[in-house]
This record gives sequence, structure tokens and C-alpha cells, in this order.
Amino acid sequence: MSAVIDAFNAFARRVPTWVLYISYMFPVPWLLYEGQTGGLGAEPIKALEQELGLIALQLLVIGLAITPARRYLRINLLKFRRALGLLAFTYVCLHLLVWLVLDVGILSQIWADILKRPYITIGMAGFVCLIPLAATSNNFSIRKLGPKWRQLHKLTYIAVILGGVHFIWLVKGLQIEPLLYMAAILGLLILRLPKKRQARPIANAILANKAK
Amino acid sequence: MAHRWINTLKDSDVTPEDLFMNRRQIIGGALAGIGLAGMATGASAALKGLEPNSYEDIASYNNYYEFGTGKDDPARYAQALTIKPWTVQIDGMVDKPGAYAFEDILKAMTIEERLYKFRCVEAWSMVVPWNGFELADLLTMAGVQSGAKYVAFETALRPAEMPGVSLPVLEWPYVEGLRLDEAMHPLTIMATGIYGKDIPKQNGAPLRLVVPWKYGYKSIKSIVKITLTNKKPPTSWNKANAREYGFYSNVNPQVDHPRWSQASERPIGGGLFSRRVPTLMFNGYEKEVAGLYAGMDLSKDT
Repeated sequence: MSAVIDAFNAFARRVPTWVLYISYMFPVPWLLYEGQTGGLGAEPIKALEQELGLIALQLLVIGLAITPARRYLRINLLKFRRALGLLAFTYVCLHLLVWLVLDVGILSQIWADILKRPYITIGMAGFVCLIPLAATSNNFSIRKLGPKWRQLHKLTYIAVILGGVHFIWLVKGLQIEPLLYMAAILGLLILRLPKKRQARPIANAILANKAK
Repeated sequence: MAHRWINTLKDSDVTPEDLFMNRRQIIGGALAGIGLAGMATGASAALKGLEPNSYEDIASYNNYYEFGTGKDDPARYAQALTIKPWTVQIDGMVDKPGAYAFEDILKAMTIEERLYKFRCVEAWSMVVPWNGFELADLLTMAGVQSGAKYVAFETALRPAEMPGVSLPVLEWPYVEGLRLDEAMHPLTIMATGIYGKDIPKQNGAPLRLVVPWKYGYKSIKSIVKITLTNKKPPTSWNKANAREYGFYSNVNPQVDHPRWSQASERPIGGGLFSRRVPTLMFNGYEKEVAGLYAGMDLSKDT
């Protein structure tokens, strides 16, 4: 099993991160093309908006899975996390743009929606959380902020939860897909909780002796 | 009692759908009042010049949660629904309760064309060329007893054919209800076709209700039971979330859904760059139905 993991990690080390950026740039023109030619169905605006939002949420969830994957499966995809985060932010921006320009389009209603519709307020809050994260996703920021960078980037947890709630709140009634996403998000967050130390009586006794 | 409401469209028996699609402007105009009461003056200005959506749009963008909650799920999965034989159980406070075979209902009713706006609570809308008969005629045939105040409806529940009912998205079977005067209104029809063809399964074959001045979920599909009652019947979306979905569910731009505005709607079929349009009171049928709600506070009785 560990030979497979080692081989996988060796492979992942060789894949450059720009592959991820390029791959995730394809859906955008493709979706626009589909939208214009009927591939997104009779209501392409909502379909485009939801597809962009889904991709953004998926990217956040995958980014969230990197550390648990390293801890529990010993798979190391850490170098891709920045790309995943920046791509997630890009897709959130596109999702927001479609909502602003194609969906609502009426300036007064946009403002009213942000203030009065809880699922939109939550979505906006999630977006706002992602802004400082995107702005500091570079080596310069890591150097400048030092240990504060790590604290700042815990905002990801808030952003992804807000994204999950946003999804649950925008559908009619109880629907399964948003709940599955929320379950994945909560599950991945729970996996980050520190493991409780097992009781190891003999080792502890030896250590206690040494300390004397 | 058929033909009590005239479209602003020219009434023709068989209108080929390509002709419909090629009409750039449907000529609205005053039509000779053929029918009986006030409806014969034709619909209000808001409904003139309605262009129907394409058959493809109407049959591919549906909410029919028994087959899945995606807009394309009903088109994909509703083909499993068996619609022959089909009976409608009519009971409750009627003179002639019983199981009415669908074919017998069709023989007894006058089918006409009705071009209606259709407004979903999700804030999108279509224009649909329904074929159907007035619900009032069916209820009269069954003989509504005095004392009946409401009409309750029930959709078919077929777990073997409906993949979506394994999930508790709503309580199944889907139920709806109208006040008796709403049910007897000339605008209220039981639709059996679209564009002169049998109504597709994803649109609620073989017969479904259409109440054009209410949000689309009131227009219950694939009806198997109609009950005349004197108690306000339960309705599925109201049961699921009473705060968001009331009994009357009249289209009302001034009363928002708690989670989104109802002031505007997206007309389907306009593509990626279509604009929203303002929602009309009672979906444009204010002249025809406002009288039903005189004295009611529609911001409370939603």
C-alpha cells in the first residue's frame, strides 16, 4: 500500500501547478458556449450561475481535503493548495459577476437582495472572507505576515461553511445535493481536529522517570 | 360552460407549432365576445401580444420533484410514468362520486386552447399554449353539493416509477387545493395538451390543473383524486414550509418570498443575455380575478 502512495506522491511532485490552472480555465468558455447554444437548458443564466458556484465550492472542498489526505492517507498534494484556493476565488468572482450582470441586472434590486435575502447576505460574507485570502496567497505575503498568515488563512473554514449554507438556503425545500456538500465540508473540518493522545502507560512511566 | 374566457390570440383549432414559433407578434385585439359573463371582453392589456415558449422549453424545464429536483430530471425520468389506464377519483361533497375514467372525462368535456402565462415561485416564467377544459365543467358534471367550500387535489404516487419519492423532499403524495370560487373560475382549467399534442409526462400527463394567476406549484400535475370538502385542504408546499408558501399563493410582486424577491421574474427562452421583467399582480390576470379576494389582506393571506 505504501509503495502505491509513494509512487503517487512521486508523480504528484512532478506535475506542475500550472496544469491545474490551465485545466480549470477550460470550463469557463465551454459553459459560455453551452449557454449560448442551448446546452445549459432553457434557463442558461441560472444554470451558468449555479455551475460556477458549484465549481467554486468543489474547489474549496478539495482544498480542505489536502491536509486530512496528508494526515490520514499520507498523500502529499500540499503544493496544489494555493492554486485550488486562487481558482476557487476566481470562480466565486465569476459566479458573483453572473449574478450581478446577467441574473439580476437591476442595481436597486442587487442592493436590496444583498441586505434582505439571507442566502445572498451569507454568500456575500463568504466572498468577503475569501478576498484577504486571495490577496495574501503569495510568497511575499507569507514572508511579511509570518505566523499571522496561518491564522488569517483559517478564514477558509468560515468561507467554506458560509458557502455550504448559501447553497442549502437557495434551493426550494429540502434537497439532497446541498446537504451532501455540507456533510463533506463538516466531515473534512472534523478530520482537522487534533487527535487525542492515546494512553501509553509504560512510555509515560519511563518519561516520568527520566524527568526526575 | 366552456369558452368563458377568450385569449387575445385568434382562436384556431389546430395551430401548427411552427406557425406559432414563426409569429413574431401575436396580434392582440378585441375579439367578439362569444362567451357568457364578463370574460368575453378579452384579457387585460398586460396579456396582449404574448408569445408562447417553444415546446422544447416547456417540456425540458420542469419542477416535478417526484422525478428528481433537477430541472431536467422530469424530462429524463417521467417517461416511466404509465398513464393508461387513468382514472380520476371524484368524491367528497358531490352528487355523483366515483372513479371517472380519463377517456370518459375527455368525451364529456369541451377541449379548447388557452394561452396562459405561467409563473413559478422561483421567479421564472413561461407562456404556455395549453389545451384543456374548464375545471368548472368537470365539477358540474360530478354535481357539487351546497356546503362544499374547497376543492382538494392529489397527484399520483408511484414509487416504482418515480425515483424522487424515495427522498423526503416533500410529503408524498403531492396535494393541492383551491377555494371553490377559484376552482369554478373561467380561467381555471384542467390541461390535457400543449400545442395541440398530448401533454408530456414531465408536464403532468394525462391531466393537470392550471391556475394561471397563482404560483406554478398550485397547478398540480397528474391528478388522480379530486375531493369536494368544506374544510381548507392541506397543500404540499404549505405543509413543507408554511412561512414561505401559503394556501392562496397568488402571484404578488408586493409580497416577497422570505428568501427572495418576487418583484421581477426571468422569462424563459431568452438565452444568456435576457433581461428580467417586472412581475405583474396576479400574473397579469388582475382584472379577471382580483374580485375573488376583495377584502382580503393578501400580504397576510399568501
